[in-house]
Amino acid sequence: MPAITPIHYLILAAALFALGTIGVLTRRNVVIVLMSIELILNAVNLNLVAFSRLWGLQGQVFAIFVITDAAAEAAVGLGILIAFFRNKETINVDEVDLLKW
Amino acid sequence: MTPVATSFFFYFLSALALSGGVLVITRRNPVHSALALILTLLALAGIYLMLYAPFVAGVQIILYAGGIMVLFLFVIMLVNVGRVEKEKQFNQQWIVSFVAALGLGILFVVIFTKSPLLRQIAQKPPAQLVESSNTQEIGNWLYGQYMLSFEIASLLLLVAIVGAVVMAKKRV
Repeated sequence: MPAITPIHYLILAAALFALGTIGVLTRRNVVIVLMSIELILNAVNLNLVAFSRLWGLQGQVFAIFVITDAAAEAAVGLGILIAFFRNKETINVDEVDLLKW
Repeated sequence: MTPVATSFFFYFLSALALSGGVLVITRRNPVHSALALILTLLALAGIYLMLYAPFVAGVQIILYAGGIMVLFLFVIMLVNVGRVEKEKQFNQQWIVSFVAALGLGILFVVIFTKSPLLRQIAQKPPAQLVESSNTQEIGNWLYGQYMLSFEIASLLLLVAIVGAVVMAKKRV
C-alpha cells in the first residue's frame, strides 16, 4: 500500500466535514443537528493535527482550544434545547421559529 | 518509535470514522446516533495517535467521548419522546441540502488533490515531534505564548456553564 501523506488526512477530514454539513442541513431532530456540528468540529481538529505533523505543536494546542469551544457550544446548545422542549414539547428544527412566547 | 503498518491502520480507522459519521446522520433513534458518534470520536483519537499527538488523543477520549457524549445522552433521555421516531426525519429541503453539501465535499477533495501548493506540502518532510515530551511541550505552549488565549478559554467555559444553567432552570 502507498505511504500515507497529509493529503490523505485532509481528504478524510473533508469527507467528515461534508457528512456533518449534510446532517446539519437535512435532519429535523435538534439533538442530531448538534451532533453533526460536533462532526464538523472534529473534521477541523483533524486538519489542525495533520498540519501540526508538518509544522510543529501549535496545531495541537489550537485543537485543544477547539475542543474547549465544542464543550461550551454543546452545553449551551443543549440548555437551549431543554428550555425549548419545556415550552413547546417538540425538538423539531422546523418548529423553532419564535424568539419569545 | 515509528508507527508500524501505518497505511493499514489509517484505512481501518478512516473506515470506522466515516461509517460512524454516516450512521450519525441516518439513524432514527438519537441514542443510536450518539453511540455512532462515539465510534467516530474513538477512531479519530486513534488517528491522532498516528500523527504523534498523544495528548490530543487523550483529551479527545476523556473530554469528547467521556464528557460531551454523556451530556448528549442525558439530554436525549430528558427530551426523549417516542413519537419523534415515528415522524419524518428529514426536512423538506433535504435534496437541495444534500447536493450542496456533497458539492462542497467534492470541491474540497478536488482542491486537496489538484492544488500545486498542497502538492508541495505533501513533499515537505515532517517536523521532529517527540512523543515522550508531547504533553510537557503542549503545557509550555499553553502557559507560555498562549497564556491569554488559555485564560479567555476559561472565561468562555464559565460563561457557558452559567448560560447552560440559566437556560435549563425551570423559572428564571
